[in-house]
Amino acid sequence: MKPASFKYACPTSVQEAVGLLQHFGDDAKVLAGGQSLVPMMNGRLAQPDVLIDINQIAELRVLEVNGGLRIGAGVRQRTALESPDVQRVVPVIAEALRHVGHVGIRARGTVGGSIAHADPAAELPTIMLALDATMTVTGAGGQRTVPAEEFFRGVFTTAVEYDELLTGVHVAVPGPASRSAFVEVSRRRGDFALVGAAVSLELIDGAARRVRIALSGVADRPVLAHRAQEFLEGRDPHDPVVREEAGRLAAADLDPASDIHAPGSYRKKVSAVLVKRALSNAVNGE
Amino acid sequence: MSTVSENLQPVVEDEITIEVTINGSPRSGRAEPRLLLADFLRQQLGLTGTHLGCEHGVCGACTVLIDGEPVRSCLMFAIQARGADITTVEGLDDDGELHPVQQAFHAKHGLQCGFCTPGMVLTCKALLDHNPTPSEPEIRDFLSGNICRCTGYVGIVESVKEAAAAGRGVSPAAPASTTTER
Ligand SMILES: Cc1cc2nc3c(=O)[nH]c(=O)nc-3n(C[C@H](O)[C@H](O)[C@H](O)COP(=O)(O)OP(=O)(O)OC[C@H]3O[C@@H](n4cnc5c(N)ncnc54)[C@H](O)[C@@H]3O)c2cc1C
Ligand code: FES
Ligand code: FES
Repeated sequence: MKPASFKYACPTSVQEAVGLLQHFGDDAKVLAGGQSLVPMMNGRLAQPDVLIDINQIAELRVLEVNGGLRIGAGVRQRTALESPDVQRVVPVIAEALRHVGHVGIRARGTVGGSIAHADPAAELPTIMLALDATMTVTGAGGQRTVPAEEFFRGVFTTAVEYDELLTGVHVAVPGPASRSAFVEVSRRRGDFALVGAAVSLELIDGAARRVRIALSGVADRPVLAHRAQEFLEGRDPHDPVVREEAGRLAAADLDPASDIHAPGSYRKKVSAVLVKRALSNAVNGE
Repeated sequence: MSTVSENLQPVVEDEITIEVTINGSPRSGRAEPRLLLADFLRQQLGLTGTHLGCEHGVCGACTVLIDGEPVRSCLMFAIQARGADITTVEGLDDDGELHPVQQAFHAKHGLQCGFCTPGMVLTCKALLDHNPTPSEPEIRDFLSGNICRCTGYVGIVESVKEAAAAGRGVSPAAPASTTTER
Protein backbone atom coordinates (compact mmCIF):
# COMPACT_ATOMS: atom_id res chain seq x y z
CA MET A 1 0.00 0.00 0.00
CA LYS A 2 2.52 2.61 -1.09
CA PRO A 3 2.15 4.85 -4.13
CA ALA A 4 4.35 4.44 -7.17
CA SER A 5 6.95 7.14 -7.89
CA PHE A 6 5.83 10.38 -9.45
CA LYS A 7 7.09 13.84 -10.18
CA TYR A 8 5.57 16.63 -8.12
CA ALA A 9 4.75 20.20 -9.09
CA CYS A 10 3.17 22.80 -6.89
CA PRO A 11 1.98 25.80 -8.94
CA THR A 12 0.71 28.93 -7.23
CA SER A 13 -1.64 30.19 -9.94
CA VAL A 14 -4.32 28.71 -12.17
CA GLN A 15 -2.33 29.84 -15.19
CA GLU A 16 0.75 27.91 -14.06
CA ALA A 17 -1.34 24.85 -13.27
CA VAL A 18 -2.94 24.90 -16.70
CA GLY A 19 0.50 25.35 -18.29
CA LEU A 20 1.73 22.26 -16.46
CA LEU A 21 -1.35 20.27 -17.50
CA GLN A 22 -0.73 21.27 -21.11
CA HIS A 23 2.90 20.30 -20.86
CA PHE A 24 2.45 16.89 -19.26
CA GLY A 25 -0.85 16.01 -20.90
CA ASP A 26 -2.39 12.71 -19.98
CA ASP A 27 0.54 11.72 -17.73
CA ALA A 28 -0.42 14.29 -15.10
CA LYS A 29 -3.13 14.33 -12.47
CA VAL A 30 -4.40 17.19 -10.39
CA LEU A 31 -3.98 16.70 -6.63
CA ALA A 32 -6.55 18.62 -4.59
CA GLY A 33 -7.50 17.35 -1.11
CA GLY A 34 -6.17 13.92 -1.98
CA GLN A 35 -9.02 12.19 -0.13
CA SER A 36 -10.03 10.18 -3.21
CA LEU A 37 -6.87 10.28 -5.32
CA VAL A 38 -4.34 9.26 -2.66
CA PRO A 39 -6.27 6.14 -1.56
CA MET A 40 -6.28 5.09 -5.24
CA MET A 41 -2.56 5.83 -5.53
CA ASN A 42 -1.76 3.93 -2.32
CA GLY A 43 -3.53 0.89 -3.76
CA ARG A 44 -1.90 1.57 -7.15
CA LEU A 45 -5.26 1.88 -8.84
CA ALA A 46 -3.87 5.21 -10.02
CA GLN A 47 -0.21 5.68 -11.00
CA PRO A 48 0.13 9.15 -12.45
CA ASP A 49 3.60 10.14 -13.66
CA VAL A 50 3.15 13.70 -12.47
CA LEU A 51 1.06 15.23 -9.70
CA ILE A 52 0.05 18.84 -9.98
CA ASP A 53 -0.74 19.94 -6.45
CA ILE A 54 -3.27 22.80 -6.52
CA ASN A 55 -3.30 23.38 -2.75
CA GLN A 56 -1.09 26.46 -2.96
CA ILE A 57 -3.31 28.30 -5.45
CA ALA A 58 -4.94 31.05 -3.39
CA GLU A 59 -7.31 32.13 -6.18
CA LEU A 60 -9.02 28.73 -6.03
CA ARG A 61 -9.94 29.23 -2.38
CA VAL A 62 -12.34 32.14 -2.84
CA LEU A 63 -15.89 31.74 -1.54
CA GLU A 64 -18.07 34.75 -2.25
CA VAL A 65 -21.64 35.92 -2.66
CA ASN A 66 -21.78 38.27 -5.60
CA GLY A 67 -24.85 37.92 -7.76
CA GLY A 68 -24.82 34.26 -6.74
CA LEU A 69 -22.77 31.97 -4.55
CA ARG A 70 -19.37 31.18 -6.03
CA ILE A 71 -17.26 28.48 -4.42
CA GLY A 72 -13.69 28.16 -5.67
CA ALA A 73 -12.68 24.59 -6.50
CA GLY A 74 -9.99 24.60 -3.80
CA VAL A 75 -12.30 25.55 -0.93
CA ARG A 76 -12.14 22.79 1.70
CA GLN A 77 -15.37 20.92 2.34
CA ARG A 78 -15.15 21.86 6.01
CA THR A 79 -14.68 25.55 5.19
CA ALA A 80 -17.74 25.49 2.93
CA LEU A 81 -19.78 23.61 5.55
CA GLU A 82 -18.94 26.16 8.23
CA SER A 83 -19.18 29.21 5.96
CA PRO A 84 -21.79 31.72 7.19
CA ASP A 85 -22.35 32.69 3.52
CA VAL A 86 -23.21 29.13 2.54
CA GLN A 87 -25.41 28.65 5.60
CA ARG A 88 -27.25 31.92 4.98
CA VAL A 89 -27.58 31.91 1.20
CA VAL A 90 -27.80 28.24 0.18
CA PRO A 91 -28.07 26.25 3.43
CA VAL A 92 -28.97 23.05 1.57
CA ILE A 93 -25.34 22.86 0.39
CA ALA A 94 -24.28 22.70 4.04
CA GLU A 95 -26.98 20.07 4.62
CA ALA A 96 -25.40 17.93 1.89
CA LEU A 97 -21.83 18.60 3.04
CA ARG A 98 -22.63 17.31 6.52
CA HIS A 99 -22.95 13.84 4.95
CA VAL A 100 -19.59 13.97 3.15
CA GLY A 101 -17.18 11.63 4.92
CA HIS A 102 -15.93 12.66 8.34
CA VAL A 103 -14.32 15.69 9.95
CA GLY A 104 -10.81 14.58 8.98
CA ILE A 105 -11.87 13.99 5.37
CA ARG A 106 -13.62 17.35 5.07
CA ALA A 107 -10.63 19.14 6.60
CA ARG A 108 -8.62 18.28 3.46
CA GLY A 109 -11.18 17.33 0.82
CA THR A 110 -12.20 20.15 -1.50
CA VAL A 111 -15.53 21.14 -3.04
CA GLY A 112 -13.98 21.05 -6.52
CA GLY A 113 -12.29 17.70 -5.90
CA SER A 114 -15.57 16.04 -5.06
CA ILE A 115 -17.28 17.51 -8.12
CA ALA A 116 -14.36 16.66 -10.44
CA HIS A 117 -14.08 13.15 -9.02
CA ALA A 118 -17.78 12.56 -9.85
CA ASP A 119 -18.44 9.51 -7.73
CA PRO A 120 -22.05 8.54 -8.61
CA ALA A 121 -22.89 8.31 -4.90
CA ALA A 122 -21.29 11.61 -3.87
CA GLU A 123 -23.38 14.35 -2.26
CA LEU A 124 -21.95 17.48 -3.89
CA PRO A 125 -22.53 16.53 -7.54
CA THR A 126 -26.12 15.64 -6.63
CA ILE A 127 -26.90 18.86 -4.81
CA MET A 128 -25.23 20.86 -7.60
CA LEU A 129 -27.44 19.13 -10.15
CA ALA A 130 -30.57 19.88 -8.13
CA LEU A 131 -29.53 23.53 -7.77
CA ASP A 132 -28.80 23.82 -11.50
CA ALA A 133 -25.26 24.95 -10.69
CA THR A 134 -22.73 26.02 -13.29
CA MET A 135 -19.14 24.76 -13.25
CA THR A 136 -16.29 26.92 -14.40
CA VAL A 137 -13.57 25.05 -16.25
CA THR A 138 -10.27 26.67 -17.22
CA GLY A 139 -7.88 25.53 -19.92
CA ALA A 140 -5.13 27.04 -22.03
CA GLY A 141 -7.76 28.69 -24.22
CA GLY A 142 -9.44 30.41 -21.26
CA GLN A 143 -12.57 29.76 -19.24
CA ARG A 144 -15.80 28.04 -20.15
CA THR A 145 -18.88 27.29 -18.12
CA VAL A 146 -20.74 23.99 -18.09
CA PRO A 147 -24.19 23.44 -16.55
CA ALA A 148 -24.38 20.54 -14.09
CA GLU A 149 -26.59 18.52 -16.45
CA GLU A 150 -23.82 18.43 -19.05
CA PHE A 151 -20.96 18.25 -16.58
CA PHE A 152 -21.38 14.72 -15.18
CA ARG A 153 -20.75 12.18 -17.94
CA GLY A 154 -20.44 8.84 -16.14
CA VAL A 155 -18.62 7.07 -13.32
CA PHE A 156 -15.66 9.31 -12.37
CA THR A 157 -16.12 11.11 -15.70
CA THR A 158 -16.88 14.80 -16.28
CA ALA A 159 -16.69 17.46 -18.95
CA VAL A 160 -13.24 18.52 -17.65
CA GLU A 161 -10.60 17.61 -20.26
CA TYR A 162 -7.23 16.22 -19.16
CA ASP A 163 -5.54 19.58 -19.72
CA GLU A 164 -8.19 21.62 -17.93
CA LEU A 165 -8.87 22.55 -14.33
CA LEU A 166 -12.24 22.83 -12.64
CA THR A 167 -11.88 26.26 -11.07
CA GLY A 168 -15.22 26.88 -9.39
CA VAL A 169 -18.93 26.31 -9.08
CA HIS A 170 -21.63 28.96 -9.25
CA VAL A 171 -25.12 28.71 -7.75
CA ALA A 172 -27.85 31.33 -8.21
CA VAL A 173 -29.11 32.91 -4.99
CA PRO A 174 -32.46 31.25 -4.25
CA GLY A 175 -35.42 33.63 -3.99
CA PRO A 176 -37.77 33.86 -0.98
CA ALA A 177 -40.14 31.30 -2.53
CA SER A 178 -37.38 28.70 -2.83
CA ARG A 179 -37.50 25.48 -0.85
CA SER A 180 -34.87 22.75 -0.83
CA ALA A 181 -33.70 19.71 1.05
CA PHE A 182 -31.10 16.96 0.93
CA VAL A 183 -31.53 13.49 2.45
CA GLU A 184 -29.71 10.19 2.13
CA VAL A 185 -29.46 6.66 3.41
CA SER A 186 -26.04 5.23 4.16
CA ARG A 187 -24.83 2.13 5.99
CA ARG A 188 -22.95 4.15 8.61
CA ARG A 189 -22.42 7.81 9.40
CA GLY A 190 -19.97 9.29 6.89
CA ASP A 191 -20.16 6.45 4.39
CA PHE A 192 -20.98 7.14 0.79
CA ALA A 193 -24.76 7.11 0.42
CA LEU A 194 -26.59 4.06 -0.88
CA VAL A 195 -29.06 6.59 -2.28
CA GLY A 196 -29.30 10.35 -1.84
CA ALA A 197 -32.05 12.75 -2.90
CA ALA A 198 -31.83 16.51 -3.39
CA VAL A 199 -34.88 18.65 -4.06
CA SER A 200 -35.16 22.28 -5.06
CA LEU A 201 -38.39 24.07 -5.98
CA GLU A 202 -40.30 27.32 -5.70
CA LEU A 203 -43.53 27.46 -3.79
CA ILE A 204 -45.93 29.95 -5.34
CA ASP A 205 -49.48 30.18 -3.92
CA GLY A 206 -49.13 26.65 -2.58
CA ALA A 207 -48.06 25.23 -5.94
CA ALA A 208 -44.63 23.86 -6.82
CA ARG A 209 -42.75 25.51 -9.69
CA ARG A 210 -39.34 24.96 -11.25
CA VAL A 211 -39.00 21.62 -9.50
CA ARG A 212 -35.67 19.84 -9.67
CA ILE A 213 -35.11 16.44 -8.06
CA ALA A 214 -31.67 14.85 -8.25
CA LEU A 215 -30.77 11.35 -7.09
CA SER A 216 -27.37 9.84 -6.28
CA GLY A 217 -26.32 6.21 -6.13
CA VAL A 218 -28.86 4.98 -8.67
CA ALA A 219 -27.00 5.35 -11.98
CA ASP A 220 -23.51 6.03 -13.35
CA ARG A 221 -23.94 9.71 -12.46
CA PRO A 222 -26.39 11.87 -10.50
CA VAL A 223 -29.70 11.95 -12.38
CA LEU A 224 -32.77 14.17 -12.51
CA ALA A 225 -36.17 12.58 -11.90
CA HIS A 226 -37.84 14.14 -14.95
CA ARG A 227 -41.25 12.49 -14.67
CA ALA A 228 -41.62 13.35 -10.97
CA GLN A 229 -40.56 16.93 -11.68
CA GLU A 230 -43.17 17.34 -14.41
CA PHE A 231 -45.86 15.78 -12.25
CA LEU A 232 -45.15 18.14 -9.37
CA GLU A 233 -45.22 21.27 -11.51
CA GLY A 234 -48.26 23.27 -10.36
CA ARG A 235 -49.27 20.73 -7.70
CA ASP A 236 -49.24 21.20 -3.93
CA PRO A 237 -46.28 19.35 -2.35
CA HIS A 238 -47.86 19.77 1.10
CA ASP A 239 -50.29 17.06 0.04
CA PRO A 240 -48.91 13.63 1.09
CA VAL A 241 -50.71 11.97 -1.83
CA VAL A 242 -48.86 14.26 -4.25
CA ARG A 243 -45.54 13.47 -2.57
CA GLU A 244 -46.28 9.74 -2.66
CA GLU A 245 -46.94 9.86 -6.40
CA ALA A 246 -43.82 11.98 -7.01
CA GLY A 247 -41.74 9.38 -5.16
CA ARG A 248 -43.28 6.57 -7.16
CA LEU A 249 -42.62 8.34 -10.47
CA ALA A 250 -39.03 9.20 -9.47
CA ALA A 251 -38.24 5.56 -8.78
CA ALA A 252 -40.23 4.10 -11.68
CA ASP A 253 -37.66 4.82 -14.38
CA LEU A 254 -34.62 3.79 -12.35
CA ASP A 255 -32.68 0.60 -12.82
CA PRO A 256 -29.92 0.84 -10.19
CA ALA A 257 -27.09 -1.68 -10.16
CA SER A 258 -26.58 -4.10 -7.28
CA ASP A 259 -23.31 -4.14 -5.39
CA ILE A 260 -21.83 -5.40 -2.14
CA HIS A 261 -23.63 -2.64 -0.21
CA ALA A 262 -27.20 -3.10 -1.46
CA PRO A 263 -29.22 -4.75 -4.22
CA GLY A 264 -30.57 -2.54 -6.99
CA SER A 265 -34.15 -3.35 -6.00
CA TYR A 266 -33.52 -1.92 -2.54
CA ARG A 267 -31.97 1.23 -3.97
CA LYS A 268 -35.02 1.67 -6.18
CA LYS A 269 -37.39 1.35 -3.24
CA VAL A 270 -35.34 3.72 -1.12
CA SER A 271 -35.33 6.29 -3.95
CA ALA A 272 -39.11 6.64 -3.73
CA VAL A 273 -38.97 7.03 0.04
CA LEU A 274 -36.17 9.59 -0.09
CA VAL A 275 -37.88 11.73 -2.72
CA LYS A 276 -41.01 11.82 -0.54
CA ARG A 277 -38.93 12.64 2.52
CA ALA A 278 -36.93 15.36 0.75
CA LEU A 279 -40.12 16.98 -0.55
CA SER A 280 -41.62 16.87 2.91
CA ASN A 281 -38.52 18.39 4.50
CA ALA A 282 -38.37 21.06 1.81
CA VAL A 283 -41.93 22.31 2.28
CA ASN A 284 -42.63 21.45 5.93
CA GLY A 285 -39.21 22.08 7.39
CA GLU A 286 -37.57 19.30 9.35
CA MET B 1 14.87 19.41 -9.51
CA SER B 2 14.19 20.20 -13.13
CA THR B 3 12.31 23.05 -14.68
CA VAL B 4 9.62 22.52 -17.27
CA SER B 5 10.12 25.88 -18.86
CA GLU B 6 11.31 29.28 -17.76
CA ASN B 7 8.09 30.47 -16.19
CA LEU B 8 6.88 27.23 -14.66
CA GLN B 9 7.40 26.01 -11.10
CA PRO B 10 10.20 23.54 -10.60
CA VAL B 11 9.14 19.93 -10.73
CA VAL B 12 10.48 17.74 -7.92
CA GLU B 13 11.59 14.24 -8.91
CA ASP B 14 14.11 13.15 -6.31
CA GLU B 15 14.50 13.31 -2.57
CA ILE B 16 14.41 16.75 -1.04
CA THR B 17 14.68 18.05 2.50
CA ILE B 18 11.35 18.61 4.22
CA GLU B 19 11.19 21.08 7.10
CA VAL B 20 8.24 21.03 9.46
CA THR B 21 7.37 22.02 13.00
CA ILE B 22 6.46 18.95 15.02
CA ASN B 23 5.10 19.26 18.53
CA GLY B 24 6.54 22.75 18.73
CA SER B 25 10.07 21.92 17.53
CA PRO B 26 11.57 22.37 14.08
CA ARG B 27 12.36 19.01 12.46
CA SER B 28 13.62 18.03 9.06
CA GLY B 29 14.09 14.89 7.03
CA ARG B 30 14.48 13.66 3.48
CA ALA B 31 11.58 12.57 1.32
CA GLU B 32 10.93 11.73 -2.30
CA PRO B 33 7.54 12.99 -3.54
CA ARG B 34 5.75 9.68 -3.03
CA LEU B 35 6.62 9.39 0.69
CA LEU B 36 3.41 9.62 2.71
CA LEU B 37 3.43 11.98 5.67
CA ALA B 38 2.71 9.01 7.97
CA ASP B 39 5.81 7.17 6.72
CA PHE B 40 7.87 10.34 6.95
CA LEU B 41 6.90 10.72 10.61
CA ARG B 42 7.51 7.07 11.42
CA GLN B 43 10.57 6.26 9.31
CA GLN B 44 12.44 9.51 8.84
CA LEU B 45 11.68 11.10 12.19
CA GLY B 46 11.21 7.97 14.34
CA LEU B 47 7.82 9.15 15.59
CA THR B 48 6.13 5.76 15.62
CA GLY B 49 3.20 6.87 17.77
CA THR B 50 1.33 7.62 14.54
CA HIS B 51 -0.17 4.28 13.56
CA LEU B 52 -1.06 3.01 10.10
CA GLY B 53 -4.09 0.77 9.89
CA CYS B 54 -5.64 0.78 6.46
CA GLU B 55 -3.40 3.15 4.48
CA HIS B 56 -6.34 4.32 2.41
CA GLY B 57 -8.17 6.83 4.52
CA VAL B 58 -10.80 4.65 6.13
CA CYS B 59 -9.68 3.91 9.71
CA GLY B 60 -8.36 7.20 11.13
CA ALA B 61 -5.50 5.53 13.05
CA CYS B 62 -2.97 7.77 11.30
CA THR B 63 -4.70 11.03 12.29
CA VAL B 64 -2.39 13.90 13.21
CA LEU B 65 -3.24 17.55 13.73
CA ILE B 66 -2.08 19.99 11.09
CA ASP B 67 -2.53 23.57 12.17
CA GLY B 68 -4.97 22.17 14.75
CA GLU B 69 -7.11 20.25 12.25
CA PRO B 70 -7.37 16.44 12.33
CA VAL B 71 -5.91 15.10 9.09
CA ARG B 72 -5.18 11.57 7.86
CA SER B 73 -1.40 11.37 7.44
CA CYS B 74 -1.77 8.40 5.05
CA LEU B 75 -3.58 10.66 2.55
CA MET B 76 -0.99 13.41 2.44
CA PHE B 77 2.49 13.40 1.02
CA ALA B 78 5.30 14.66 3.25
CA ILE B 79 6.24 17.12 0.50
CA GLN B 80 2.84 18.77 0.97
CA ALA B 81 3.51 19.33 4.67
CA ARG B 82 6.51 21.61 4.15
CA GLY B 83 6.27 24.42 6.70
CA ALA B 84 3.27 22.89 8.46
CA ASP B 85 2.68 22.86 12.20
CA ILE B 86 2.05 19.22 13.09
CA THR B 87 0.95 17.69 16.39
CA THR B 88 1.44 13.96 16.89
CA VAL B 89 0.53 11.87 19.91
CA GLU B 90 4.12 12.25 21.15
CA GLY B 91 3.45 15.95 21.64
CA LEU B 92 0.46 15.72 23.93
CA ASP B 93 2.03 15.17 27.33
CA ASP B 94 3.43 17.97 29.42
CA ASP B 95 6.84 16.88 30.71
CA GLY B 96 5.68 13.34 31.30
CA GLU B 97 2.27 14.32 32.66
CA LEU B 98 -0.45 12.95 30.38
CA HIS B 99 -2.74 15.34 28.55
CA PRO B 100 -6.26 15.55 30.11
CA VAL B 101 -7.65 13.64 27.12
CA GLN B 102 -5.10 10.86 27.66
CA GLN B 103 -5.88 10.80 31.39
CA ALA B 104 -9.56 10.49 30.58
CA PHE B 105 -8.92 7.56 28.20
CA HIS B 106 -6.97 5.91 31.01
CA ALA B 107 -9.66 6.53 33.62
CA LYS B 108 -12.64 5.52 31.46
CA HIS B 109 -11.19 2.52 29.61
CA GLY B 110 -11.11 4.37 26.30
CA LEU B 111 -8.66 1.80 24.94
CA GLN B 112 -7.87 -1.87 24.90
CA CYS B 113 -5.15 -2.82 22.40
CA GLY B 114 -4.26 0.85 21.85
CA PHE B 115 -3.87 0.69 18.10
CA CYS B 116 -6.56 3.27 17.30
CA THR B 117 -5.73 5.35 20.36
CA PRO B 118 -3.28 7.94 18.98
CA GLY B 119 -5.78 8.88 16.27
CA MET B 120 -8.68 8.83 18.72
CA VAL B 121 -6.91 10.98 21.29
CA LEU B 122 -5.83 13.58 18.72
CA THR B 123 -9.28 13.70 17.15
CA CYS B 124 -10.80 14.17 20.63
CA LYS B 125 -8.35 16.96 21.34
CA ALA B 126 -9.38 18.67 18.10
CA LEU B 127 -13.05 18.28 19.05
CA LEU B 128 -12.61 19.77 22.51
CA ASP B 129 -10.42 22.61 21.23
CA HIS B 130 -13.23 23.40 18.79
CA ASN B 131 -16.20 22.64 21.05
CA PRO B 132 -15.40 22.29 24.78
CA THR B 133 -18.91 21.06 25.66
CA PRO B 134 -19.94 18.54 22.99
CA SER B 135 -23.16 16.56 23.30
CA GLU B 136 -23.02 12.80 22.87
CA PRO B 137 -24.31 12.95 19.26
CA GLU B 138 -21.66 15.59 18.52
CA ILE B 139 -18.96 13.36 20.02
CA ARG B 140 -20.12 10.37 17.99
CA ASP B 141 -20.32 12.42 14.79
CA PHE B 142 -16.84 13.90 15.26
CA LEU B 143 -15.33 10.48 15.98
CA SER B 144 -17.21 8.70 13.18
CA GLY B 145 -14.09 8.63 11.02
CA ASN B 146 -12.01 6.75 13.60
CA ILE B 147 -12.50 3.00 13.77
CA CYS B 148 -11.85 0.96 16.91
CA ARG B 149 -12.03 -2.83 16.72
CA CYS B 150 -11.81 -3.39 20.50
CA THR B 151 -13.81 -1.13 22.74
CA GLY B 152 -17.24 -0.90 21.14
CA TYR B 153 -16.81 2.88 21.51
CA VAL B 154 -18.72 3.18 24.79
CA GLY B 155 -15.54 3.70 26.79
CA ILE B 156 -14.24 6.14 24.21
CA VAL B 157 -17.37 8.28 24.31
CA GLU B 158 -17.22 8.23 28.14
CA SER B 159 -13.57 9.31 27.94
CA VAL B 160 -14.42 12.31 25.81
CA LYS B 161 -17.17 13.32 28.22
CA GLU B 162 -14.73 12.93 31.11
CA ALA B 163 -12.09 15.02 29.33
CA ALA B 164 -14.68 17.69 28.53
CA ALA B 165 -15.78 17.79 32.15
CA ALA B 166 -12.18 17.93 33.36
CA GLY B 167 -11.62 20.83 31.01
CA ARG B 168 -14.47 22.65 32.74
CA GLY B 169 -12.96 21.85 36.11
CA VAL B 170 -15.98 19.75 36.98
CA SER B 171 -16.02 16.19 38.21
CA PRO B 172 -18.16 14.24 35.72
CA ALA B 173 -19.98 12.66 38.66
CA ALA B 174 -21.38 16.09 39.47
CA PRO B 175 -23.22 17.56 36.49
CA ALA B 176 -22.17 21.06 35.51
CA SER B 177 -25.53 22.48 36.57
CA THR B 178 -24.93 21.69 40.25
CA THR B 179 -21.73 23.68 40.54
CA THR B 180 -21.96 27.17 41.93
CA GLU B 181 -20.95 29.98 39.68
CA ARG B 182 -18.56 32.63 40.84
C1 LIG C 1 -13.08 7.48 4.43
C2 LIG C 1 -13.61 8.38 3.35
C3 LIG C 1 -14.97 8.64 3.31
C4 LIG C 1 -15.49 9.47 2.30
N1 LIG C 1 -16.84 9.68 2.28
C5 LIG C 1 -17.36 10.44 1.31
C6 LIG C 1 -18.76 10.67 1.24
O1 LIG C 1 -19.54 10.18 2.07
N2 LIG C 1 -19.24 11.44 0.23
C7 LIG C 1 -18.41 12.00 -0.69
O2 LIG C 1 -18.89 12.70 -1.58
N3 LIG C 1 -17.08 11.83 -0.64
C8 LIG C 1 -16.54 11.06 0.33
N4 LIG C 1 -15.18 10.87 0.35
C9 LIG C 1 -14.35 11.48 -0.71
C10 LIG C 1 -14.01 12.92 -0.38
O3 LIG C 1 -15.16 13.74 -0.38
C11 LIG C 1 -12.98 13.51 -1.36
O4 LIG C 1 -12.49 14.64 -0.71
C12 LIG C 1 -13.51 13.93 -2.71
O5 LIG C 1 -14.14 12.87 -3.38
C13 LIG C 1 -12.37 14.37 -3.63
O6 LIG C 1 -11.95 15.64 -3.29
P1 LIG C 1 -10.42 15.96 -3.04
O7 LIG C 1 -10.31 17.42 -2.91
O8 LIG C 1 -9.96 15.15 -1.89
O9 LIG C 1 -9.78 15.52 -4.42
P2 LIG C 1 -8.58 14.57 -4.84
O10 LIG C 1 -8.67 13.28 -4.14
O11 LIG C 1 -7.32 15.33 -4.73
O12 LIG C 1 -8.93 14.39 -6.38
C14 LIG C 1 -9.98 13.55 -6.83
C15 LIG C 1 -9.99 13.52 -8.36
O13 LIG C 1 -10.44 14.76 -8.90
C16 LIG C 1 -9.43 15.38 -9.67
N5 LIG C 1 -9.49 16.81 -9.33
C17 LIG C 1 -9.51 17.33 -8.07
N6 LIG C 1 -9.65 18.66 -8.12
C18 LIG C 1 -9.71 19.01 -9.43
C19 LIG C 1 -9.87 20.25 -10.12
N7 LIG C 1 -9.99 21.39 -9.45
N8 LIG C 1 -9.89 20.24 -11.47
C20 LIG C 1 -9.79 19.05 -12.15
N9 LIG C 1 -9.65 17.86 -11.55
C21 LIG C 1 -9.60 17.83 -10.21
C22 LIG C 1 -8.14 14.70 -9.30
O14 LIG C 1 -7.22 14.72 -10.37
C23 LIG C 1 -8.62 13.30 -8.98
O15 LIG C 1 -8.78 12.55 -10.16
C24 LIG C 1 -14.63 10.06 1.35
C25 LIG C 1 -13.25 9.81 1.40
C26 LIG C 1 -12.74 8.96 2.38
C27 LIG C 1 -11.27 8.70 2.41
S1 FES D 1 -4.11 4.45 8.06
FE1 FES D 1 -4.74 6.41 7.48
S2 FES D 1 -6.87 6.29 7.66
FE2 FES D 1 -6.27 4.22 8.03
S1 FES E 1 -8.35 -0.11 21.28
FE1 FES E 1 -7.92 -1.71 19.87
S2 FES E 1 -8.58 -0.76 18.02
FE2 FES E 1 -9.28 0.65 19.46
